[in-house]
Amino acid sequence: MGITVRNVSKRFGEFVALDEVSLEIPNGSLTALLGPSGSGKSTLLRVIAGLEEPDAGEVVISGEDKTRTPPQRRGVGFVFQHYAAFKHMTVWENVAFGLEIRKRPKEQIRKRVGELLELVQLAGFAHRYPAQLSGGQRQRMALARALAIEPEVLLLDEPFGALDATVRKELRSWLRRLHEEMPVTTVLVTHDQEEAMEVANEIVVMNHARVEQVGTPEEIYESPASEFVMSFVGPVTRMRDALIRPHDVEILLDGDDSTVPAAVDGVLHLGFEVRVHLRLSGGEDLWAQIPRRTARELDLKPGDRVHVRASRSRTFA
Amino acid sequence: MKARLALRSVALGYLGFLIILPVATVFWLTFRDGLGPFWSSVAEPAALNAFRITVLAALVAVVANTAFGILCAIVLVRHDFPGKRLLSALVDLPLAVSPVVVGLALILVYGTYGWFGSHLAEYGIRIIFSLPGIILATVFVSLPFVVREVAPVLREIGTEQEQAAATLGASSWQTFWRITLPSIRPGVAYGVVLTTAKALGEFGAVAVVSGRIIGRTQTLTLHVEDRFQAFDMTGAYAASVVLALLALGTLFAMNLLRPKEEKT
Repeated sequence: MGITVRNVSKRFGEFVALDEVSLEIPNGSLTALLGPSGSGKSTLLRVIAGLEEPDAGEVVISGEDKTRTPPQRRGVGFVFQHYAAFKHMTVWENVAFGLEIRKRPKEQIRKRVGELLELVQLAGFAHRYPAQLSGGQRQRMALARALAIEPEVLLLDEPFGALDATVRKELRSWLRRLHEEMPVTTVLVTHDQEEAMEVANEIVVMNHARVEQVGTPEEIYESPASEFVMSFVGPVTRMRDALIRPHDVEILLDGDDSTVPAAVDGVLHLGFEVRVHLRLSGGEDLWAQIPRRTARELDLKPGDRVHVRASRSRTFA
Repeated sequence: MKARLALRSVALGYLGFLIILPVATVFWLTFRDGLGPFWSSVAEPAALNAFRITVLAALVAVVANTAFGILCAIVLVRHDFPGKRLLSALVDLPLAVSPVVVGLALILVYGTYGWFGSHLAEYGIRIIFSLPGIILATVFVSLPFVVREVAPVLREIGTEQEQAAATLGASSWQTFWRITLPSIRPGVAYGVVLTTAKALGEFGAVAVVSGRIIGRTQTLTLHVEDRFQAFDMTGAYAASVVLALLALGTLFAMNLLRPKEEKT
């Protein structure tokens, strides 16, 4: 069942945020909406949540048309980039909020909130206020609060965007594990391709209010559907008319029919990889990413004459 | 060090000459001959009536302007509509216009010969020179404070908490009571303090609309001036002290309403 988005359009004044977007999100999946800022990914998430009303199109959640359903009755859990913690309530009260609104029995609330705080590793922080928590703890609290109402879908809007790099990495793998334990359909918005690849089992790449490609992280990386997708999900360099991943540029000392002559412009040692800047005979620049050992064998210096070959490259119309 | 000391002396001196010295003098002159004269002045029927009217007018002004002020602030901050800037400017009008002008305007509208007041008079409703007029003037002059204190707080807290509450199932009414109101409480509290202060201390507008009928349409400030003009210094000072104590009481009560997390 999952989520179905059909021909959804949304404008903010002159700005087109979503342009006839259609999308299937399978039940129980962990999907990332990936794209640059202004690509419409957050708007799409908010339309699914009911926080924005689409100008056209429909949103179906678990087989029910929810296009005109207010967010209160959609059964979605939403996590905001800046936590949206209820500042005047303790951690416990924050997590219990949705259950109290639903007038669940006291005993049931107590049990459920306790379990959730255990799950997000905040059991010892129940009586603290959000201001007394770190960013990562606040976001875990927000997640527990969203999960408390047993949502049919969990929507996360750049959930790790406001956290520092270490905490972000930690929470990503934690979210993955959580999803394996509790496979509720989850949609995560991010502009970070590494985050999308690390967390999601399906990626939706968006650009200019449209969906560019849907696929697994591997499909998106290995067979990008457009020049935009290829350059957004990983490094690219250009060789004649073709786009190529720098790690697919082969450097050879001897040329043959399949190679192009080039001159070494510079060599940068970046730990496990070595970056070689090259200039083709036509005067175009490109760069290659080669393993340390290969670099040592080639022993490249600026000014060296070499031959390059693209082991895999793609041309987009 | 010298510069800091000088700064401090200037600040203290300023407050001392303008606030501490006059207020202390009033207190000293009131209680110079003990509590006896104070009590007899305060227990005078005219003084008691003025006290009653002032408290009543302030109470109505606080309740009306708090409810209206929060509503108005929400509309100004959260909604977008043509004429919003005009509404925002209108809210400040009571601060910009002299209270005496406000009083005159109220007489023109609600007075016995005013265009609205003449109709009311047919039904025997009298606004000017009676309690409703005093309340009206008090509400009018103390209108901007809650709006002006709450609006920036609303803008600062943003809408994310309210949206989060909505996704958790809270209706807009529940969201208002459980999320918005507790979040803006510091702004509301300060707005209420300012509203109360203005309502208790208003003189000009009330002087014009009340008719200053001793024992009937006098507020405490009018009573103070009346006693002062009658060379009854003890009466004037005693009523002043009552006004000051009312204001202090409000400040103290609002302090108790401060949000929890600020106390930790």
